[in-house]
Amino acid sequence: MTTDMTDQRSAPGADPGDRAAQMRSTVRFTVNGEMREIEIDNRTTLLDALREHLRLTGTKKGCDHGQCGACTVIVNGRRVNSCLTLAVMQDGHEIETIEGIGAPDALDPMQAAFVEHDGYQCGYCTPGQICSARAVLDEIAAGIPSHVTGDLSARIEITEDEIRERMSGNICRCGAYANMMTAILQVSRGAP
Amino acid sequence: MREFSFERAGDAGQAATLAAGDTGAKFIAGGTNLLDLMKLEIETPSRLIDVTGTGLDRIEQTDAGGLRIGAMVRNTDLAADDRIRRDYGVLTRALVAGASGQLRNMATSGGNLLQRTRCPYFYDTNMACNKRSPGAGCAALDSGGFTRPLGVIGISDHCIATHPSDMAVAMRLLDAQVETLDAAGNSRSIPLEEFYLLPGDTPERETVLEPGEIITAVTLPAPIGGHQAYHKVRDRASYAFALVSVALVRQADGSGRVALGGVAPQPWRRAAADAELPNGAGAVMARLLDGARPTAQNAFKITLAERTLAAMLAEAEGN
Amino acid sequence: MDFNEPAGTNPADRGTVLGKSTPRIDGPLKTSGHAPYAYERHDVAEDQLAGYPVFSAIARGRITRIDSAAAEAAPGVVAVIRSTDMDVLGKHGMNVVPHFGGDEIRHYHQAVALVVAESFEAARAASGLVRVAYDAEGHADYDLSTHRDTAMARKAEPDQDVGDFAAAFAEAPVTLDETYTTPCQTHAMMEPHASIAQWDEEGRLTVWSSTQMVNWLVEGLCSAFDLDPDQVRVDSPFIGGGFGSKLFMRADSVLAALGARATGRPVKVALPRPAIANNTTHRARTIQRIRIGADRDGRITAIAHDGLSHTQPGGDGENSTAQTPFFYAGANRLITPRLVDLHLPEAHAMRAPGEASGLMALEIAMDEMAEKLGMDPVEFRILNDTQVDPGQPDRPFSDRNFVTCLRQGADRFGWADRNTTPGGRREGMWLIGHGMAGAYRGALTMNSGALVRLRPDGTAVVETDMTDIGTGSYTIIAQTAAEMLGLGVDQVEVRLGDSRYPVSSGSGGQFGAPSSTAGVYAACVKLREEIARRLGNVDAGSLDFADGRVTASGRSTSLAEIAADGEITAEDKVAFGEFQDDVLMATFAAHFVELAVHAGTGETRVRRMLAVCDAGRILNPLSARSQVIGGMVMGLGAALMEELAIDTGRGFFANHDLAGYEVPVHADIASQEVVFLDTLDPASTPLKAKGVGELGLCGIAAAVANAHYNATGLRIRDYPLTLDKVLEELPAI
Repeated sequence: MTTDMTDQRSAPGADPGDRAAQMRSTVRFTVNGEMREIEIDNRTTLLDALREHLRLTGTKKGCDHGQCGACTVIVNGRRVNSCLTLAVMQDGHEIETIEGIGAPDALDPMQAAFVEHDGYQCGYCTPGQICSARAVLDEIAAGIPSHVTGDLSARIEITEDEIRERMSGNICRCGAYANMMTAILQVSRGAP
Repeated sequence: MREFSFERAGDAGQAATLAAGDTGAKFIAGGTNLLDLMKLEIETPSRLIDVTGTGLDRIEQTDAGGLRIGAMVRNTDLAADDRIRRDYGVLTRALVAGASGQLRNMATSGGNLLQRTRCPYFYDTNMACNKRSPGAGCAALDSGGFTRPLGVIGISDHCIATHPSDMAVAMRLLDAQVETLDAAGNSRSIPLEEFYLLPGDTPERETVLEPGEIITAVTLPAPIGGHQAYHKVRDRASYAFALVSVALVRQADGSGRVALGGVAPQPWRRAAADAELPNGAGAVMARLLDGARPTAQNAFKITLAERTLAAMLAEAEGN
Repeated sequence: MDFNEPAGTNPADRGTVLGKSTPRIDGPLKTSGHAPYAYERHDVAEDQLAGYPVFSAIARGRITRIDSAAAEAAPGVVAVIRSTDMDVLGKHGMNVVPHFGGDEIRHYHQAVALVVAESFEAARAASGLVRVAYDAEGHADYDLSTHRDTAMARKAEPDQDVGDFAAAFAEAPVTLDETYTTPCQTHAMMEPHASIAQWDEEGRLTVWSSTQMVNWLVEGLCSAFDLDPDQVRVDSPFIGGGFGSKLFMRADSVLAALGARATGRPVKVALPRPAIANNTTHRARTIQRIRIGADRDGRITAIAHDGLSHTQPGGDGENSTAQTPFFYAGANRLITPRLVDLHLPEAHAMRAPGEASGLMALEIAMDEMAEKLGMDPVEFRILNDTQVDPGQPDRPFSDRNFVTCLRQGADRFGWADRNTTPGGRREGMWLIGHGMAGAYRGALTMNSGALVRLRPDGTAVVETDMTDIGTGSYTIIAQTAAEMLGLGVDQVEVRLGDSRYPVSSGSGGQFGAPSSTAGVYAACVKLREEIARRLGNVDAGSLDFADGRVTASGRSTSLAEIAADGEITAEDKVAFGEFQDDVLMATFAAHFVELAVHAGTGETRVRRMLAVCDAGRILNPLSARSQVIGGMVMGLGAALMEELAIDTGRGFFANHDLAGYEVPVHADIASQEVVFLDTLDPASTPLKAKGVGELGLCGIAAAVANAHYNATGLRIRDYPLTLDKVLEELPAI
């Protein structure tokens, strides 16, 4: 196991109280339109800040290492893995989580389409899938290329291949991908 | 993850100054690899310096007709940049072959170059690893070790890890240079060819960067045109590290350049191999992978590299 | 309710709600992030502490010392619990290896300590300060293939030796004798194992957990902590996938309970993803030798299946021969499941245990036999269909429509239009192939209870400790009660996963849907009888329930009126009778696959998949389809990429995270189509239903493998079919 690193943790001569204070920070950011201020351990990821401090548990921890996508949220308009960024690095940022996208009695069209087409099973990857699905349509509209984009100079169309590739950072072990595809295509067409 | 203090740097000079003389200090930008490793205590900084606010997030024209890519430019933005797409297509292709949309939104040009290996024994702190703990040994090379994803060339008896980046393979192909700054205000420009160190008997040393030295930009020379392609081969269709990847620029006269990912501790390219391109994939790989020392589990990478290039050349010729 | 004979016509046959595609009633909660999973239950207990485990660094040996002083002194740490401080804790009867206690290490990443702290960050950091010294056994050989000489018979399944296999095989004009291998696999459900535990002043334990079988977890906790069942409550309303990994108690609940007991505060523990593959269970590797003999017209005369797998001492490994006694005809049979003791982590059930890996081999063997016979593989299977147990011909299948699956599938897929010359069809750089396979999975039933409440407003509540692990239990249970009581699905509230509710079948072995709905049916029948009594002792069978009203002898009364004076409750359970042993109950499918293999690199891309399924009444076609396509996705993973890589010197799985162990991503999955035959199986349950949760996984990997052979002309018998296995033999570019 790991050796004791106590000596390295306290800088020589430093007041332990000061040192302890340096390990924590106060951070202010907007979550789902609401300004939040929290005092946290610097080690707190954005994911754990949301789940443990703000008790917004819709964002899921599947691997905590950027290998599954369950923790996907939107920061400043872009989807990110909230497990691989520190809360303290989000000062001043705008964060949107699944709770901000829609509520059980007021679902967003993507959430409703997932329900209609059974685009999930156990539900654990679902908030991340929905955050990604909405972002994917935005990314295609913004002309951001993907691994399956053909001509890099042409306008990028919404195709099943484009959606599949771009949704690949969100693993669904229940294997509901094909149903998610139906839901995403429906939303992309603006159909009810 | 061990405790650390946290500071923000307003520019690269300040970042380098903050880090000067503190071996416990680390820069953090995208965080996609550093935090991953900190959670496992493979990286144990006592101090993090957030460099995302250093303003190094622009892509600018250089006097030489190339592009200067700020170290903080996110992978998504680099891949989507009109100039990169038009003139350095292989770089866009390599970028979008890597990771996932979410990770590319976070990862930066500088951080991507400094990714550490994905060797499973490096990642498991119960296992002996010379890269993690110099002198501890290499569990992958022990009898029964799992070596299928690991390196076949440029490796040593002390370490057979690969460098995981796709972006770096394309940058190596394009003769990119890494610009850095240190606390004394000295900047230098390092050819990517010289940026990475081979493991030898010091696999813990991965680049020529000095402590506290910060990457400020990557510069690309003037466009070289040609047919540009990147083929990443993996076990699933997306969101996986390469078994082998091949970056190719091929000119109309048949000349060009080839670089490989997934086979070596650094993006792998040799001038002598480039020169063989008109003679086909077999001739290129005979030079490029000359001296390879694969294991029984990963010897297929030699064949795979050649067949992948052959398929790409066939495609470039319109079959 | 005793279910002692095949079901006759009953109210569940009306089909006003049952059998209709119904969006999940828990869908709005799941899609908005409001469905509470185990680790997220901030509301259930105040002042929760976080626990972070320490895992063994060796695969086998003894702990000589655990030094936790530095961890105990670390900021925020409240307690450190060490395995060596206590005797081995009791486990559930289904577990093979204990979870905690004592000094013996039986597998890598076994839990050896728990750090409890005020925050997750503090607990995780301090876990790194716990120093554990071991007396480790040195390198050993953990390669199953070198241990065949120590193989023993499985305690759970006897050999099947019918007729004279050796003689029949020797006489058969067409024979096959091949060996196939399948690797270790990990469930990789998206939600890690997690629990919050709390003890009260009277020594009663509550655990909010993520488990497939609530009652088994209660039993396990009783065993670990020497409690009576009435001293333990388990609550598991939402489960982020299980696939068998959460069937029995695991370390998360044991550690959380230990932490809570030591600190006097609620403690929550989630297993870190990189520890799950080695700490929990996996599907064992198999080596399968299959021999088939047939006469020249394709009738199987002899079949032998020898299936080898590994287990920790005392376990059952993976019985890859599970389907072979029953799937195809043939008078002479020799089925020999075998086990080797190997100190890898605990091999145990993963989705469709047995059949999933067994059909990976058997259905390639059938493809190879068809080719040797010069027969269409669909026709070869049809010819060898059986309507009775081939080893016991007086035992019929309760309902078997495999041939219909094959024929409908072939028609729908366009099977006749395929290229039949292996390696013979190419589009540019891609080799195109088509393949098919059959699927068989037993249809188990388990006794299951439920309680139904008719509320004064005329709506109903169902309570049962049944779980919904993504299977759609909430919705099919609501449909069942709605059908039985003449209500809309939205008028039924379903409460699941709490041990205070009647014990159900739980979720596993694809028995959950048919069994738990049968239990709800039983409770509803009882409620109908109580309503009949209240309507003046009328005949319950004459009642007609519709639109929230009940009609008896032409007189219509609203359910609200009947319950106006107070809630009416009825509890019952279904008990499945021995008559079910006199028939073979199973589900069937035919899979068809089209794929492309890159001629240069050997990369495989599946283009379309079709499954035609026979599983009795399909309770909710929408969620049943999801179960089947999900199984097909997992089977595609099994065919092409999934393998826990064994470090055969040290005895552990080296690729133990979700980057190293690759499961299919969205880009791997193209078109999927599922067809359900319109069948009923009266022997199975009162609803005449069978499960489909595992059927989709069965056979699909072999269909992919057979299509891969058709594309390349290269027969790979060693899963997964990664490109390194074909690269050297692919055609020149």
